Amino acid sequence: MAEAMTVGIAARRGRPALAAMLAEPRVVVAGGYLLLLFVVALLAPWIAPHDPLEQDLMLATLPPAGISGAEPGYLLGTDGLGRDVLSRLVYGTRIALFVAVVAAALAALVGTLLGLLSGFLGGWVDAVVSRLVDVWMAFPPVLLSILLVAVLGSGIHSVIAAIVLIDWTRFCRVVRAETMAQAKADYVTAAVVLGFPRRRILFREILPNVAPTLIALLSLEMGIAVIVEAILSFVGLSVSSDTPTWGGMIAEGRQTIHHAWWVLAAPLAALFLTVLAFNQLGGGLRRALDPVMRR
Amino acid sequence: MITALLRRAVAAAVTLFGVAVVVFVLLRVVPGDPIAMMIAPGASAADVAAMRARYGLDGSIGEQFLAWLGGLAAGDFGTSISLRQNVLALLAERLPATLELAFAALLVAVLLGGGAAVAGTLMRRGPGGTAIDAANGLLLAVPDFVWALALVLLLGVAWPLFPLTGRIDPAAATDFSTRFYLVESLVTGRLAVARDVAAHMVMPVLALALPLAAVIARVLKEALGEAMVQDYVMLARIKGMSEPRLVVQEALRNAVGPTLALTGVQFTFLLGGTVIVERIFAYPGIGNMGVDAVVNRDLPLIQGLVLLFGLLFVLVNVAVDLMVAALNPRLAHG
Repeated sequence: MAEAMTVGIAARRGRPALAAMLAEPRVVVAGGYLLLLFVVALLAPWIAPHDPLEQDLMLATLPPAGISGAEPGYLLGTDGLGRDVLSRLVYGTRIALFVAVVAAALAALVGTLLGLLSGFLGGWVDAVVSRLVDVWMAFPPVLLSILLVAVLGSGIHSVIAAIVLIDWTRFCRVVRAETMAQAKADYVTAAVVLGFPRRRILFREILPNVAPTLIALLSLEMGIAVIVEAILSFVGLSVSSDTPTWGGMIAEGRQTIHHAWWVLAAPLAALFLTVLAFNQLGGGLRRALDPVMRR
Repeated sequence: MITALLRRAVAAAVTLFGVAVVVFVLLRVVPGDPIAMMIAPGASAADVAAMRARYGLDGSIGEQFLAWLGGLAAGDFGTSISLRQNVLALLAERLPATLELAFAALLVAVLLGGGAAVAGTLMRRGPGGTAIDAANGLLLAVPDFVWALALVLLLGVAWPLFPLTGRIDPAAATDFSTRFYLVESLVTGRLAVARDVAAHMVMPVLALALPLAAVIARVLKEALGEAMVQDYVMLARIKGMSEPRLVVQEALRNAVGPTLALTGVQFTFLLGGTVIVERIFAYPGIGNMGVDAVVNRDLPLIQGLVLLFGLLFVLVNVAVDLMVAALNPRLAHG
């Protein structure tokens, strides 16, 4: 979805948007890392040196390469059950990125729609949506997500549903405020005077101008989704334990921390870099796509 | 002013009630019967019915809700299914641990964030300011869950300076008259015990405090930057006041207001963050108990916890409103 929107804007404004994006170092570095991560997720079976589920207790808690006792072929060592940490990390990117993309896109869709309608129509629609957002945000997201997954039953679809149900409010609030600001602009007045139908004004005139903010927010939300999935896997409420996830690896690593720190360190480093990358990409895109900030 | 506060209090009460209803209904559609999981094989139908009645799980959802509300009004939160104890007693037992953790984190965040903002303002034209901004950006981007685990690796394993789990050395935990271990041991002057409790709190407190400190630092630094170009600061500078005194005495006073309001909102996020941070450090607070309650489908306990968290958020918001009003003379008279 992010790609589609970016392309749309680039096409609308011609080359400047794309050039501005590539001139922003944060976008290039963070975007490059995330692109690499997507490639790793897609090609996991060819990249992973071992079967991520293959256990071998003779090879349990081997340290990573460069530390005495390391075995060649196990670059990041093995966990308490003798599974290859690197292979599990590689397969873990699949769940992390799948949840990030799907959950963030759906949350953006729901939140943007409600935010656009609320900001543009005003009146009782705005009153209802705003109150709903207030009540929703009065609750701590981590507790709410754990609660929702408990209600929905564990599994990746529940995790995605929980993230969407909680985080649509982030988009709704920002898009609503932005829409209200845009609706006062001269170009909207002009469109109204010209007699354009409201749907066209909303989706063809206002939405493209809200898009830069939306894209930045989408990137941030992907980072949040990766964290929420990791937390739910850590607590044991995400996918079943025979699918490797970063959160699940962190939970296992927490158990073996005193004799195999790398089992925790590897997925934690991946999580750290990925969240940071989504965050920096969002900030960079915001700067690159916003015509006011660019100047 | 008072009517505005009253209106907010009513809105908060409505919100709280809404949360209670939503959670109650949500939990009733949970697949999986908690009673079926706990009965011994071969129990009679009458035993099961009695068990249901005991935990308030008989009757329709409407009846259950009314019974629960009636119990709440009488100060009875029901009985925990997994721990088989009174919910209110469980909450009262665990809440002090979480409160000590959260307020210690708030204090650390304010000191760290405020210090960073002042230092960043003083060094705003040098490499020191850039370094502070960079560190700040990093802290803002990464949440408490990741910091908590990074601290586990750094201060728990690589340099094992602090205990990794729990709240107190089990041998020292026997003779307390309250559940506020840190406060009580400090007040009664048992410094060795206080040091042990504090050592257990270092890592969870840092994990909770770092993201909040970054938010405070960013907002306060921005407000300080705006204040530093105001006429009254210029005047004080011409009069020969030193730069550190300018920042601390003149600019800070006027920059605190907006930061305070934001800190209040962020503090509710910090309270929510105790759930996962307590889990990571096996810290015996309400958040850790909440995760267990969810995993065990302990409906009465989850309801009690949700309501308690809701109440805490409402109280924090009211307290912040009062403080902002007290600091702003225009609002107090308006």
